[in-house]
Amino acid sequence: MQLTNRSKHLEKKPMTLAERAYLPAILTGMGITLKHFFSKKATIRYPEELRPMSPTFRGLHVLKRDEVGRERCTACGLCAVACPAEAITMVAGERKKGEEGLYREEKYAVSYEINMLRCIFCGLCEEACPKAAIYLQADKMAPPRFERDEFTYGKDRLVEPVDPSARSKRGIQLTPEQAEALARRMAGME
Amino acid sequence: MEIPLLAWQGLVILAVFGITLLIATYSTYAERVVAAFLQDRVGPDRAGPFGLLQPLADAVKLFTKEEFFPSGANRWLFVFGPCLAMTTALMASAVIPFGNTLIFGDGTEIRLQAIEVNIGMLYVFGVVSLGVYGIMIGGWASNNKFSLLGAVRAAAQAVSYELAMGMALIALLMVTGTLSLREITLQQYNGLWNIVYQPLGFIIFCVCAFAETNRTPFDLPECETELVGGYHTEYSSMKMGLYLFAEYINVFVASAVMSTLYFGGFSFPGEHWVYNTLTQSQGELFAHNVVTILGTVTIFAKIFFFIFFFMWVRWTLPRFRYDQLMRLGWTMLFPIAILNILVTGACILFFGAKDPKIEAAKKPQTTETRTVVRG
Repeated sequence: MQLTNRSKHLEKKPMTLAERAYLPAILTGMGITLKHFFSKKATIRYPEELRPMSPTFRGLHVLKRDEVGRERCTACGLCAVACPAEAITMVAGERKKGEEGLYREEKYAVSYEINMLRCIFCGLCEEACPKAAIYLQADKMAPPRFERDEFTYGKDRLVEPVDPSARSKRGIQLTPEQAEALARRMAGME
Repeated sequence: MEIPLLAWQGLVILAVFGITLLIATYSTYAERVVAAFLQDRVGPDRAGPFGLLQPLADAVKLFTKEEFFPSGANRWLFVFGPCLAMTTALMASAVIPFGNTLIFGDGTEIRLQAIEVNIGMLYVFGVVSLGVYGIMIGGWASNNKFSLLGAVRAAAQAVSYELAMGMALIALLMVTGTLSLREITLQQYNGLWNIVYQPLGFIIFCVCAFAETNRTPFDLPECETELVGGYHTEYSSMKMGLYLFAEYINVFVASAVMSTLYFGGFSFPGEHWVYNTLTQSQGELFAHNVVTILGTVTIFAKIFFFIFFFMWVRWTLPRFRYDQLMRLGWTMLFPIAILNILVTGACILFFGAKDPKIEAAKKPQTTETRTVVRG
C-alpha cells in the first residue's frame, strides 16, 4: 500500500569489487580521522582558559559603591522581594553620625547575604534595585567550593573593594550619570 | 676480551628491556592523546607538562586499587594468567634488531640487538602465539562466563589469523631466504624494501597483526558491548594493568616486526651516501657508527609510525561482528595468502630471486616446486 508519493525506490546493487575489498573504504575513513587529527580542538582548558562570555552575562553579584566610595545599598529589601529563589537576606540598620563616608543613605545593610546555591542568576535583583547598588558581574562566577556554608556570600565578599583599581574590569562600570539615569528609569517604571 | 663483550651484550639486553617497557608505558599516554586528537579533543594534560606524567598517575592508581579475587576462581591460575601475558609479550622484543653494530676503537663490535638467532622470525611467532595462553588462562580462571567467552574468542581468533599471518610470512621468506631478522634487514640495505616485493603480503600481515594484538577492529576478546570486559572482566589492580600493558607491548613488537620485515628495519634511504661521505672525511669506523646510530633512530621512527597507525585504525574503525571476523580470516585472508605464495613463487621463477646469492642457493628447490605445481 502506498501512503505517500515521497517513497523512494531503492535498487539493491551488488557490491563492486572495491567495496567488497573493504580497504578503499577503510582508507577513506582514515583520511577523515586524520583530517580531524589536525583540526582545531573544541576543548576549552577551563581554569586556565575561559569560554568567551557575553558582555551581558549574569555572573557573581557585586554590591557597588558610589563615586566617592560609599556603599550604595540602602537595605530597602526590594531585591529580596524580587528574588524568585528567595536567596537574598538582609538586616537593615541606621547610619550613625560619622559614618557618612561609609554609607550613601541614612539606612544601610548591616548584613547582606546571598545564598549562591539558591540563586538562579536571573538578574531580577539588579532590575529591582532603585539605588543601582547590586549588579551581576559579566566576568565572574561563583566558584566551586567544598562546604555548603561557603556558598552563603556575606558583605565581605559581595561589596566591591574601595580601591577602584582592584575592582572587576569587565563588570558593569557605570558612570555617575549613567547610574543616575538608570535609577530614574527604574523609579519611573514603578 | 670475552667478558667485556658479554657485559656489553647484557647492557644491550637491559636497554632493550627498558625501552620496551618505556614505550609500552608511553603508548598508554599516546593512545589517549591520539584518541583525543582524532575526536577533536586535547586528551590528558593535567599531570605534568602536556600530561606527560599521566602514565605514572595511572600506575599509582592501578597499584593502589583493591586486589580482587572472584569467588570460585582458581587463585593460582588467576595470578598466572596476567604474568604469562606480560612475560611472553616482553620476550618477543629480544630478537628485534634495533640497529646494526657499533664498533669501538679496540675492535669490539656490539650488535644493537638483545640476541641474534637465525630463527628470529619463528621465535617472534612462537612467543607471540604463547601470549594467547595468558588470555585463555586468565579468562578461564576467572570463573565468569563473560571472561570465558572472551578467552574462547581470543583463542579462536588467534588460531584463525595466525594461519594467514604465517602464510604471508612464507611468501616473504621465499623472497629473503632467511628467518633471521637481522639478515632480512641487511638485505634491504640496497634501498628496495620488502614492501616493494610483497605489497599484498604486507597487507595480510598487517591485518593479522591487528588481530594478533587484539586491537580494534579485532578486539572481540574484550568487546565491552557484548562481554562487559571480556577476558579481564574480573581483573582489578595491577593484574589488570599487566594485561593492558601486555597489549601495548604486543603493539610495539608488532610494529617493530612490521618495520623490520617490510620497511627496511634500521636501513634508511641514502645510508650508502652517508657512509661514503663520512668515510672519506672521518674514516670508516666513524662512518659505520654514525650510520648505525642513524639507523637506530630510523627504526624507532618507523616503529612509532606503526604504533600511531595502530591507534589511528583503532579510533577510525568499528569492531567486526564475530562471524565477519571468521569469514574475513578464513575465506578472504587465508586464500589470498596462499595466492600470494603462488604468485611470489612464479615471480621468483620468472624474474629470479632478489639476491643472486639466494638465487643460486634456491636453484634446485625452485625446479622441484615447479614440478610439484605442474603435477
